[in-house]
Amino acid sequence: MVNEFLNVSSEKLIESIVQTFYMLGWSLFFGTLFGIPLGITLVFTRKGGIRSNGIVYFLVNGIVNLVRSVPFIILLVFIAPLTKAITGTRIGTKAAIVPLVFYIAPYLARLIESSFLEVKPGIIEAAKAMGANTFQVIWYFLLPEAKASLVLALTTGTIGLLGATAMAGTIGGGGVGDLALTYGYQRFNNSLMFVTVVLLIIFVQLIQATGNYMSKRIRNHE
Amino acid sequence: MIQIQNVKKVFNTKTGMVYALNDVSLSVEQGDIFGVIGYSGAGKSTLLRLVNGLEKPDSGSVKIDGKDITKLSRKDLNLMRKDIGMVFQQFNLLESQTVYQNIALPLIMSGMKKKEIQKRVEELLAFVGLDKKSGVYVSQLSGGQKQRVGIARAIATNPKILLCDEATSALDPKTTEAVLQLLKKINTELKITILLITHEMNVISKICNKVAVMKEGEICEQGETVSVFSKPVQDITKAFVNTVINNSIPCTLLKDLSYQDPIIRITFFGENSKQSLISRINKQFEVETTILFASVNELGETILGILILQLEGENEEIIKVENYIRGQNVGIERMAF
Repeated sequence: MVNEFLNVSSEKLIESIVQTFYMLGWSLFFGTLFGIPLGITLVFTRKGGIRSNGIVYFLVNGIVNLVRSVPFIILLVFIAPLTKAITGTRIGTKAAIVPLVFYIAPYLARLIESSFLEVKPGIIEAAKAMGANTFQVIWYFLLPEAKASLVLALTTGTIGLLGATAMAGTIGGGGVGDLALTYGYQRFNNSLMFVTVVLLIIFVQLIQATGNYMSKRIRNHE
Repeated sequence: MIQIQNVKKVFNTKTGMVYALNDVSLSVEQGDIFGVIGYSGAGKSTLLRLVNGLEKPDSGSVKIDGKDITKLSRKDLNLMRKDIGMVFQQFNLLESQTVYQNIALPLIMSGMKKKEIQKRVEELLAFVGLDKKSGVYVSQLSGGQKQRVGIARAIATNPKILLCDEATSALDPKTTEAVLQLLKKINTELKITILLITHEMNVISKICNKVAVMKEGEICEQGETVSVFSKPVQDITKAFVNTVINNSIPCTLLKDLSYQDPIIRITFFGENSKQSLISRINKQFEVETTILFASVNELGETILGILILQLEGENEEIIKVENYIRGQNVGIERMAF
């Protein structure tokens, strides 16, 4: 039934969904892995931060801005040599993860930075007065206080990332977005186009709802 | 215990250099409740933060038990800070966590075992009078309760010194009183030396045994609370003292005062306030005494009495009276107008 209505096999549709989540999951994982330290570095090394360091701040801030100024579609092809060096190939779903991480890590760094900056400076002062070292300030004070806001930041980042995966088709990354472009748009398959858009809307709603729920649960303790 | 010597600290602002501290020296002895009072911007907050290294002086030394803390490495400074508790005006508690979690934090960071932490936190909660609030989230507490949590957190690791940054300024008068009594209890029962800053003379008069008055980055007057209260020298000190004790002749009286006869100001401390000085003067000397002003004030655990008298009589006799008063272990000065 699906085959007749959409003019693509249901296997193809499922494969696309799996590809989307594959790209989303891994790039979110690596993106967070790089994004959190970058965000923390931005907060700590800024003027008046607890490890104020003009040079480090200038560098990290500059790199984050630099990468964020490159449109994702350009980034995809621009860093292809690096992608090859890391994954061994320039194309495919796995290869798409590298540019996606480059896209999302600085974005998350900025979101995380603003979450941490929301924490009252007095909390950090109290932590220092207790003799907390830098790691303890992060672990016992910053993270618990910023948790609810961090969850929302990650939610925003994930949705941005979902949008970016649609462009991964350019380097053969596949995914729902690519399905919509190649099978839907280019073959004038309007019903497929419609279904993929609905699918993406559902994904976004689900991600946002989960994020809101989790953040609210954390905040309700307050 | 705490020795601050010739400390200078300059902040660069848009309008130029501002001396937050200009050649400030201060000495806090073991067991003191030392109060620093001043208007906002006087530099008292910077002064307080010198003691645990949150602020570094541009010059001068800050010694705790003889050790200059301005020369400590970051690691040693963190270690030293575990011996100094700090309480804040805005409490600075983790709002997203429970009372228990907040008080346990410094203990966790000092590597205490879970069971011991539980025991210690219960002990602290009982001490500050919050035994039933252990599992409550901080955001659900009142200001006074929050400050009790802040105090429990600050003394959790058995520090030698407690720093209070306007600890009662965000609280109403009744709660302020209760928190001050708690600080007093910490000082007497736990033998913790307290250095506090405030802009309320009331705080000083209730619990401090020593006081320093700060103005524009300098300490302009300091000493035992009783002596500063009984004989304030600087105008700013007088203004602060006047906020808690009445210290001057009422204006209406001043208008009709005859300035030919000498006016003397007598200050009594503690036990001396019970003496019947005036009746004895009247009996023993050929003078007439007029009481222009009298007040009895409670300062911590002592009493400060202030009496302003006008003496009418022969010059020689008045000098005799003054000498007699001097022999009675009370303060006396001739007032000039």
